[in-house]
Amino acid sequence: MTALLEVRNLSKSYQGVKAVQGVSLQVAPGELLAMIGPNGAGKSSCFNMLSGQIRPDSGRIHINGSETTGLSPERIFRLGVGRTFQVAETCLSMTVRENVQLALQSWSTGLLTLRAFTGRLDRNFRPQADALLALIGLDDEADRSCRELPYGDIKRLELAIALAGDPKLLLMDEPAAGMAMKERILLMQLTSRIARERQLAVLFTEHDMDIVFEHADRVIVLNRGQLIAEGSPQSVRADPAVQAVYLGSGALYAQGH
Amino acid sequence: MLTLAKLNSWYGPAHILFDVGLEVKAGEVVALLGRNGAGKSTTMKSIMGLVDRHQGSLIFRDTDISRLPPFEIARLGLGYVPEDRRIFTDLTVEENLEVGRQAGRSGNAAWSPERIYEIFPNLAEMRRRPAGRMSGGEQQMLTIGRTLMGNPYLVLLDEPSEGIAPKIVEQMADAVTLMKREGVSILLSEQNLPFARLISDRCYILEKGEIQFSGSMEELEARPDLREAYLAL
Amino acid sequence: MELYVVQFLTGLANAASLFLVASGLSLIFGVTRIVNFAHGAFYMLGAYIAYSLTIRWQTPLGFWLALLVAATAVAVVGALLEILLLRRIYHAPELLQLLATFGVTLIVEDAVRLLWGPEDLVGPRAAGLSGAVSVLGRPMPVYDFVLILLGPAVLGLLWLLLHRSRWGLLVRAATQDRDMVSALGVNQKWLFTGVFALGVFLAAFGGGLQIPRDAVSHFMDLSIITEVFVVVVIGGLGSIGGAFLAAVIVSELNAFGILILPSISLVLMFLIMAAVLVLRPWGLLGKPLSRARSMATREAAAWKPLSPAGRSAALAATIGALCLPFMLGDYGVGVASEVMIAIIFAISLQFLMSVGGLDSFGHAAALGLGAYGAALSVQHFGVSMEAAIVIGPLVSAAMAVVAGWFCVRLSNIYFAMLTLAYAQIVWSVAFQWVDVTGGDNGIVGVWPSDWASSPAAFYWLTLAAAVAVVALVRHLTFSPFGYALRALRDSPTRSATIGISRQTIQHIAFVISAFLAGLAGVLFAFLKGSVFPDTLSIASSVDGLIMVLLGGFGTVSGSVIGAIVYKVSSIWLMSNTDFPRLILGSLIALLVVAFPQGIVGTLQIWMMRSRLFAGRPQEGTARLAETGGLS
Repeated sequence: MTALLEVRNLSKSYQGVKAVQGVSLQVAPGELLAMIGPNGAGKSSCFNMLSGQIRPDSGRIHINGSETTGLSPERIFRLGVGRTFQVAETCLSMTVRENVQLALQSWSTGLLTLRAFTGRLDRNFRPQADALLALIGLDDEADRSCRELPYGDIKRLELAIALAGDPKLLLMDEPAAGMAMKERILLMQLTSRIARERQLAVLFTEHDMDIVFEHADRVIVLNRGQLIAEGSPQSVRADPAVQAVYLGSGALYAQGH
Repeated sequence: MLTLAKLNSWYGPAHILFDVGLEVKAGEVVALLGRNGAGKSTTMKSIMGLVDRHQGSLIFRDTDISRLPPFEIARLGLGYVPEDRRIFTDLTVEENLEVGRQAGRSGNAAWSPERIYEIFPNLAEMRRRPAGRMSGGEQQMLTIGRTLMGNPYLVLLDEPSEGIAPKIVEQMADAVTLMKREGVSILLSEQNLPFARLISDRCYILEKGEIQFSGSMEELEARPDLREAYLAL
Repeated sequence: MELYVVQFLTGLANAASLFLVASGLSLIFGVTRIVNFAHGAFYMLGAYIAYSLTIRWQTPLGFWLALLVAATAVAVVGALLEILLLRRIYHAPELLQLLATFGVTLIVEDAVRLLWGPEDLVGPRAAGLSGAVSVLGRPMPVYDFVLILLGPAVLGLLWLLLHRSRWGLLVRAATQDRDMVSALGVNQKWLFTGVFALGVFLAAFGGGLQIPRDAVSHFMDLSIITEVFVVVVIGGLGSIGGAFLAAVIVSELNAFGILILPSISLVLMFLIMAAVLVLRPWGLLGKPLSRARSMATREAAAWKPLSPAGRSAALAATIGALCLPFMLGDYGVGVASEVMIAIIFAISLQFLMSVGGLDSFGHAAALGLGAYGAALSVQHFGVSMEAAIVIGPLVSAAMAVVAGWFCVRLSNIYFAMLTLAYAQIVWSVAFQWVDVTGGDNGIVGVWPSDWASSPAAFYWLTLAAAVAVVALVRHLTFSPFGYALRALRDSPTRSATIGISRQTIQHIAFVISAFLAGLAGVLFAFLKGSVFPDTLSIASSVDGLIMVLLGGFGTVSGSVIGAIVYKVSSIWLMSNTDFPRLILGSLIALLVVAFPQGIVGTLQIWMMRSRLFAGRPQEGTARLAETGGLS
């Protein structure tokens, strides 16, 4: 099995409404797979099952060779999964560096050992945190309170936090949402570069079709909980079924890249 | 219809808007463009009286609204569609529309649930469904419909295309065009330039809380430097 | 068999009044998000006014008219309170609102004493309904049958009001998103006042209904409010139907509990609540609450360990405190010891609340268990003070291991309610298990060892403990563990995805906090030489909350200041005025309005503002303005 993420027949219902029905997908190391589809198509449910927030009704998930179906987010983190959110989730009361230091500490020693009670967090893992911040270009902001950061920077910080656990798989829910056009492009360029260099598998959802068609290696399309198309960006874009349920006429995003 | 002059706004101790001035004439669709954090949402919230503190002149149809509480501003015929939609998820579609209902106004088309369903046929099929069980796009339609039920002269639309499937964004563009034809004026905040271009007559560019440009959409087309500098395209 | 049927019917009758009060509380909470502690006080006020009217109007019509007039009068008082006090604090943190309404409760308690005197009052039977009918050979008051019918009738009327009127529709909409309702042209202020007045009306009417069944007393408020909290939590906050269901369950439980195991009826009620919350965290018919809006903005500035200047100041304050016994008499030194103990108690609660975001309403349990643990080991095993100082906190911590396992499964207001239940269980055990705890008579003869028996020596002991505890809590706050705890408060979602296990971390914090509060309890027992169930009471938990909130819960150790200010002023008030509650209550309400961020928190904000206004805005705050919702 070469795929880093292998999902088979994943299903989930809420009060009789089928949110996800029999979805299967794979992502290889170094590959960026985009998951697109109308709002309510089941993308978020899929994501939350992969990162352990919700438990699937049926189906199996393997990450890096281990079965993770139904495991808690904490366990899934330990298996090498980094996650970013549509609305960025960071610890606003801490500085930028402390956010990364906490993730590094959690990954390296856990937070329930004696050392977690004796030391001072802001003195631990400083070089490693600064290296990650330099990678995403936030090194100048390391000492600022996260609350003071512009939103675009917070989204980047999320990526640094996600990378702190040395992940094999990155799950990014609408990484570009709420960012300016230029920031979006820079963030996705950075993500692609890191994915290639570190052979990370990346699964992301996105409504910005320019981002999807420019940066994804492959695209899958969800509608009403089911997979309706899969393939290269070009083939998905040309698929009449996808145009009918999701893309529309194409007047609202740039044509051709 | 709406005239802002020298609007300054604060959020807590932070000064966000600096001497913002803009105007929306009757029947116009005006776009307020700018990056995230430029102050677009704050401008809209200031107009509705929803920020901590603001100064400056806000005139809506010859009434000074700068000191009025939000509900009185809404009762003058100013509708507001917030960026995060904020529908009442436990209420049905019908009930959501009912909450927005206000008495009719002179010189203005009166809206009813039936007419809202004409513009957004999807909603008609789910009148009795709890709004929480609708997709994001349908919720966006509902929040616009709910605002129209107040029979507004002017609607503030805050980033209606954010986080919405391209196909639904196209429907949204049709709906805005239809509202305009019914005589509703619209002030729109957007980051999605193609969408704004499709439906707007004029635009302002906001950056760091200050107006940097104002002109017609054609004038903006002719200025790639502006788009580069302020919209980061 | 007959007995059970009669008990069942009595239980149903009891449910009526409980449901009325609970539905009012639920309604108010749903729309305003205020947990109205004063609801019990309004219930009591309704009963007192109705008493005065019913003894004058002793006709069938007069009785019901009296109830209506009394409830309306109290509703007017409630509306005034909403307009004058609550309107100013809708955007303050939830706990402050709770505190303000607790202040109102204190005011009403003394006002009632002032107007009606301290004795219990026995009202007349309901005219025309005073007879009894025979049910399976046993007499059953006619009035109880009226109550049994009244509950469902009120439920039906409320349902119609909420689902068949435009006002009800707006109330339901505001329950979900009050700011949006206002942006759609609805005058939110009057909607709130209306809901508040209706809720208070229901409570006061419920109070009046009790007159033919029970004496009217000024203990009514606190006894009903705990029961009502239990009812709304079991039923689901904000759910009227849930309140009805839970009122019936709780009343039946009491009715049969008295038959079977009278001594544990109180405990039973809270155990049921704990079980419901663990199985259905939002109550039987409740829904998850929308995320609290101000959770992430507790602190004015990013927390930093003390700077060299701060360390010097802390050292100077400690040296100053060391010298106190040379300046004060024995009484003053005793007060100073009590203040030190209050500091330990407050800072242990602050660690839980400020760092952990876990707002405990029942911290008295940790305090009292420490005190009882020490006192019992002294009394039964004759251990020394030194040993008791270790045993007390361990007892408190051990109990927190058990209680914490339940509590940390919940968050926000539900966590608060469950901790309240925990404290009430411990209280009722201490109160009712007379053989071991001495019940109301407490345990006496808990005196310190010889070396610590002089007031000054004991004071130095408490000072040393306070300094150590404050230092320890500050250290923990900046340890990786402290950051993990804070991360869970800031963003549970993010925390989970970086491998922080919520329940384990919060459970540990709960136990640490209980251990420290237990230490305060032990010292308190030795200071007073005795322990009484009071230590475990709601009032004692609220003391802790006041000290933390007064100091500023957005700070690391502002409650040190809060504890000093509060303890000194409340001790002074208790000994120098006839109506301390009236003054204390007014003071709390005033402080909440004037310093919503607490003393230290407010100072920090002033300092930050003066810095900010000098320069350009911070981008981050601008971003918050853009994405932070309507308000």
